[in-house]
Amino acid sequence: MKILLLLKTVADSEASIRPTSDGKAVALSDINLILNPYDEYAVEEALQIREKNGDAEITALCYGDEMAIKTLRTALALGVEKGVHIKGQPGFDSLTTAKILAAAIKDMDYDLILCGKQAIDDDSSSVGVMVAELLDIPSVSVAVKLDITDGNVRVTREIEGGHEIVEMKMPCLVSAQKGLNEPRYPSLKGIMAAKKKPIEEKDALAAETQIEVLRVEAPATRSAGKIVGEGEEAVPELVRLLKEEAKVL
Amino acid sequence: MAYKPLDYYRIQDLLTDEEKLIQETVRDFVTENLMPIIQDCNREARFPLELVPKLGKLGFLGTPYPEKYGCADLGAVAYGIINQELERGDSGLRSFVSVQTSLVMYPIFAYGTDKQKDYWLPRLTQGEAIGCFGLTEPDFGSNPGGMLTRAEDKGSHYVLSGNKAWITNGTIADVAIIWAKLDGVVRGFIVETDREGFSTPENKNKFSLRASVTSDLILEDVEIPKENILPGVQKLKGPLSCLTQARYGIAWGCMGAAMAIFDEALQYSLSRIQFDKPIASFQLVQNKLTWMATEITKAQLLNYRLGQLKADDKVTPAQVSMAKRNNVGAALEIARMGRDILGANGISDEYQTFRHMNNLESVNTYEGTYDIHTLVIGHELTGIPAFF
Ligand SMILES: Cc1cc2nc3c(=O)[nH]c(=O)nc-3n(C[C@H](O)[C@H](O)[C@H](O)COP(=O)(O)OP(=O)(O)OC[C@H]3O[C@@H](n4cnc5c(N)ncnc54)[C@H](O)[C@@H]3O)c2cc1C
Repeated sequence: MKILLLLKTVADSEASIRPTSDGKAVALSDINLILNPYDEYAVEEALQIREKNGDAEITALCYGDEMAIKTLRTALALGVEKGVHIKGQPGFDSLTTAKILAAAIKDMDYDLILCGKQAIDDDSSSVGVMVAELLDIPSVSVAVKLDITDGNVRVTREIEGGHEIVEMKMPCLVSAQKGLNEPRYPSLKGIMAAKKKPIEEKDALAAETQIEVLRVEAPATRSAGKIVGEGEEAVPELVRLLKEEAKVL
Repeated sequence: MAYKPLDYYRIQDLLTDEEKLIQETVRDFVTENLMPIIQDCNREARFPLELVPKLGKLGFLGTPYPEKYGCADLGAVAYGIINQELERGDSGLRSFVSVQTSLVMYPIFAYGTDKQKDYWLPRLTQGEAIGCFGLTEPDFGSNPGGMLTRAEDKGSHYVLSGNKAWITNGTIADVAIIWAKLDGVVRGFIVETDREGFSTPENKNKFSLRASVTSDLILEDVEIPKENILPGVQKLKGPLSCLTQARYGIAWGCMGAAMAIFDEALQYSLSRIQFDKPIASFQLVQNKLTWMATEITKAQLLNYRLGQLKADDKVTPAQVSMAKRNNVGAALEIARMGRDILGANGISDEYQTFRHMNNLESVNTYEGTYDIHTLVIGHELTGIPAFF
């Protein structure tokens, strides 16, 4: 079985995010960049599928600038065999990103594509399903459980208030939700072995973006909290403030 | 608050991609596995033994040795980084890894037979076996050459007798490297701890390194086979060369503790309000923070350069002494300043500084005290030994 992983480099959720000086993008210099946490579940799932099936071959794709290499090395350190670096600068436009990824995948041999359900930076939750549409293969998003038997993929996905169980034939795409598995740490031997694994470079398809970013703004700074009082006596005043000042009740 | 390590002179930029990923991995491991339990471990004087299989699986034990023993074969800087990140959590966990890697695996690797290496190194790197290093005795600490522990050649086997004191991992060890005199010459012996006559009472009444096991080793006519001697080294060079490896790790490790303390002090000083202002806005507090940050930065640069020298095989034991002495001394001063900045909270175990400060007192003493390293460097500079 051949598994492809779609990985994204994102800013660490601990990092303090600022707009660039022109106010059109997020300033990424001097910020710790990491593998998108939802993609970690995709990587772990691929590794577990290989551990169960023995013969799976896993290739990770990352579209981005040179920071993509670090993201790919992380995946290789975890046990992925091969990386593909699609060179370019992803923007906010999910469709363009999906077109670039689909173009890179089109000529590749694959049975299953795994990705995170969303990237924690732009939260658009759309690239995975768009890639599947462009490749004309079925897809299921927000997976919390995945079983593969004889070319069939049975996926348990999270829906409002419950779970939905669906089945589809390979080749197909699944996007991972938290809870799908418990991602492992790379072992130090794995990190050293990653150095020797191949990363293929590809140019990104030239695709015109259809979205223009007008402005990126930092959220308004929160004003200091207020301690209304302590214990039971504080409750009436708290309720009054929640009603009259915060207007949430 | 999330840990923000100080990197004032951008040491990060000097690291390879692998070193960066190793640093992140160990840091995340400590954040997720040690930080949630360390307060309880410290209160209960309990070493988190449950982490040892994970340390083994992730390859944190015995990183400098070859892949054929299952080790990660990492360079000197990577080993330093691992020590720094572990001690950011607690000196106890770092001590465990130091002892296993530098004091137990190193002598077997450097001075052992192929049979000893093939048997012990894979087990020790996986964490399937735990080791300890018995050099210090109740009456011989800074002066190990006076040791009383004896090995006697009985023809078909050796018999060891004597007492070792203050031995990290003693009670939980499967194997001990025992330094003892055979015909008046210091030799190293591999002693399985389940041998008849070998006992390891633990010292639980410590103010320092509470999350680490410290024990006496009592050897009452312990018989070991002839093949358990380390053939490759004689005299004090044996144990001292092991200590040089471990001290290198300590020089990095204690900075992990110092960085954790600095981070806690900085964040606290920015949020603690007195006289209607964050205490960080007072000049006297800024003076302390500046001193702490400067000492950490100097020590980081010392460590990085020492790592390069070690990687190039150019390092001298006295150079390692300089880093161990300077960095642990600075870390202790940083700890005392950090504790002061935290005010009354500084003596509470809800904050980590006091625990680190207490730990650093042991780190200052073991593997050669601050003053002993002063004499080591003085000896090398002047050619005159001033130990006696
Ligand atoms: C928590 C902990 C764990 C340890 N783990 C191990 C271990 O795993 N294996 C092991 O073998 N040992 C271990 N030790 C022992 C440690 O290495 C010794 O404590 C250390 O070498 C100091 O020896 P000592 O305690 O006998 O002090 P002493 O040698 O008695 O020193 C006491 C004081 O006298 C000073 N002094 C001594 N000689 C001189 C001199 N010539 N000139 C000037 N000043 C001098 C010292 O600097 C110190 O201030 C551990 C110790 C601790 C606290």
